[in-house]
Amino acid sequence: MRTTFTQLENFGHSLNAPAYLVKPRSSEEIYDAFKQAKQNGLTVTARGAGRSYNDASLNGGGIVLDLTAMDNILEWDTATGLVRCEPGVTLEKLWQQVEPEGWWPPVVSGTMKTTLGGCLGANIHGKNNFKMGTIGEHVVEFTAVLPTGAEVTCSPKKNADLFYAMIGGYGMLGIFTSITLQMKRIHSGLLTVDAFPVRNLHGHLSALHDGAPHNDYIVGWLDTFAGGSSLGRGQIHAAHYVHEGEDPNPQETMKLKNQVLPPRIFGVFPKSILYQFMKPFANNLGWRMVNIAKYVASLPKHTFRQSHAAFHFLLDYVPNWELSYGRGGLIQYQSFLPKETAEAAWTELLGLSLKRGMPSYLGVTKRHRPDPFLLTHAVDGFSLALDFKVTDSTRAKMSAMLQEFDKIVIAHGGRFYFAKNSETTAQTALAFYGEEAVAKFKKLKKRCDPNGLLESDLYRRIFG
Amino acid sequence: MSDTPKFVPATPLNPRRRAILVGASVGMGAALARKLAKEGYAIALIARQKDKLDALCAEINQSLGETRAFAYPHDVINYDEVPNLLKEIIADLGGLDTFILMAGVNYPPGGNDKFNFENDRKMVEVNLIGAMAWLSPVAEMFQSAKAGQIVGVGSVAGDRGRVGNPGYNTSKAGLATYLEALRNRLTRHGVNVLTVKPGFVKTEMLKAAVGPTPFAIPVEKAVDDIYNAMRKRKQMIYTPFFWQYIMLVIRHIPSFIFRRLSF
Repeated sequence: MRTTFTQLENFGHSLNAPAYLVKPRSSEEIYDAFKQAKQNGLTVTARGAGRSYNDASLNGGGIVLDLTAMDNILEWDTATGLVRCEPGVTLEKLWQQVEPEGWWPPVVSGTMKTTLGGCLGANIHGKNNFKMGTIGEHVVEFTAVLPTGAEVTCSPKKNADLFYAMIGGYGMLGIFTSITLQMKRIHSGLLTVDAFPVRNLHGHLSALHDGAPHNDYIVGWLDTFAGGSSLGRGQIHAAHYVHEGEDPNPQETMKLKNQVLPPRIFGVFPKSILYQFMKPFANNLGWRMVNIAKYVASLPKHTFRQSHAAFHFLLDYVPNWELSYGRGGLIQYQSFLPKETAEAAWTELLGLSLKRGMPSYLGVTKRHRPDPFLLTHAVDGFSLALDFKVTDSTRAKMSAMLQEFDKIVIAHGGRFYFAKNSETTAQTALAFYGEEAVAKFKKLKKRCDPNGLLESDLYRRIFG
Repeated sequence: MSDTPKFVPATPLNPRRRAILVGASVGMGAALARKLAKEGYAIALIARQKDKLDALCAEINQSLGETRAFAYPHDVINYDEVPNLLKEIIADLGGLDTFILMAGVNYPPGGNDKFNFENDRKMVEVNLIGAMAWLSPVAEMFQSAKAGQIVGVGSVAGDRGRVGNPGYNTSKAGLATYLEALRNRLTRHGVNVLTVKPGFVKTEMLKAAVGPTPFAIPVEKAVDDIYNAMRKRKQMIYTPFFWQYIMLVIRHIPSFIFRRLSF
């Protein structure tokens, strides 16, 4: 199998780690890579689309398995909505397969570029986490190859301990080779979306909390520059499915051509160059203006219908938008807090970032519920994701601030998500996962991977 | 060891460049190792003498309160060891951004009318072939990764063949040519190749030099020059800078004059 020594980056372009890249096409070739690693004293990490904001798919100086060549949809049953895929199938490929026939993936991320292997590894959630849980809860079965060469089949009934640990296990127990998912029936290509403003953090969280039970999806945008009595203001988008019979022409709205995102903005600028125009705004003043403008635009309350793809994949509107953050790249800080303590914790976080002069440029909130997975990030509460620009002059200050953030979040019973946070230390991870969960995970790791072949930069950071 | 400072993983807000320094235990190598560690590099130090290397690592790590320097005892004339050692180091450091070659020996023949093939051979084996044994696999990796920086320390002694030390001149001229060829190959792949030509630097090696050693500078000055050139991704520097003018003149002395001179 061909290995290429390649410089790999995370999605935010804020870290690089050269590695020996291998592109397996079968479980045999994955096992070959394990054998190769063992011979050479190297470690192995799986990588899908490379969309995590941190070091989850990096393995500096080791072997990285690029699974994007294993991208076949193996079986698709349009009657039952069961789909069996290889791990490199992207959400994009999946929804485009199932949507025209009246199905939709039950849980999707904010970008459709992610692979299913990556989605399971991180156990992703969507804007419907409070209702549908994480993607892992819709996995009927998966197969995986372990570093020992064993192929295992796992479901909530079969090898349940592995099922609940490998989903959300960031590829550190084995590599998914096939994934069977249950799709969700839809009766229209459209969603009904209510958009309305919220004036402060209390109102923001109340709206998420009270809006969730009446909706299928809910997400908030938070103006990260607003302080004082407006701290936490923003806009809520709450959406629900169009029920059977409500769409006069579902065949039409479910057609792929009615699901695509517009390729040009104002019909003029190709989207592929749009991030270049964002560059001049990628500073404190520019983003302050953007946030204010967005809040003002959000003030009129309105209801509209939008395609599934357009509602979910906001991050794909501007391709390569992450490049607009410049040379240092960006990081995302996402914290999950119980509903009782979220307001207090985020008042401190947002206040601190404004006081230190290092505001986040983009804030996104969601409503969550707990899930049964071993390394879970979920809580009965809310999450707040904050994007920060990384520059040489602010690195040290920002690092200190995020360590303070971590302390505040932990003190309020919060958790973190490792598709996102890049600065969380081993000590903090242990604090929120709890010693019992970590010990259990490490015991399973010993069983699946006795030689410790599976390691990523993330693993070394939080479990090393 | 419990008192060994901890290795802290790199993150976007605490990034770390990773370097290999061959010829690290004494002189300019040791000084550059201290400098790079202080500037935030994780650094693999390579030299023959294990005890000196360990002492240097311990000193650097203690002063930083964090493990960032690692010792890999190795003699560059053991060419066959290089590929595996390189792989091991890159895995330990979590990657590689910069490769610095400083290993060099100087065994003068003992007079302007003396010849010593054994000494000449040793110098070429270490200064040139040992260098190529490392530079070749590193260049291949950087070419493939389309990133990286190679720093090779040659010498003003490589600019002309002189009466005092033909073997040393040859080894350093060969190295300079090899580095130039790498530069021409790798620049198009986004790799920077920096050739450093120090004049006289106050190191152990200088004491062995025969004849006058004008304008000798302290090691720290040479190391600062090298570090600044690395940051600016320069192609070639003399340190101190004025050697470029001196060597410009020396390189252009016609042979019918040069062969009558005694330096």
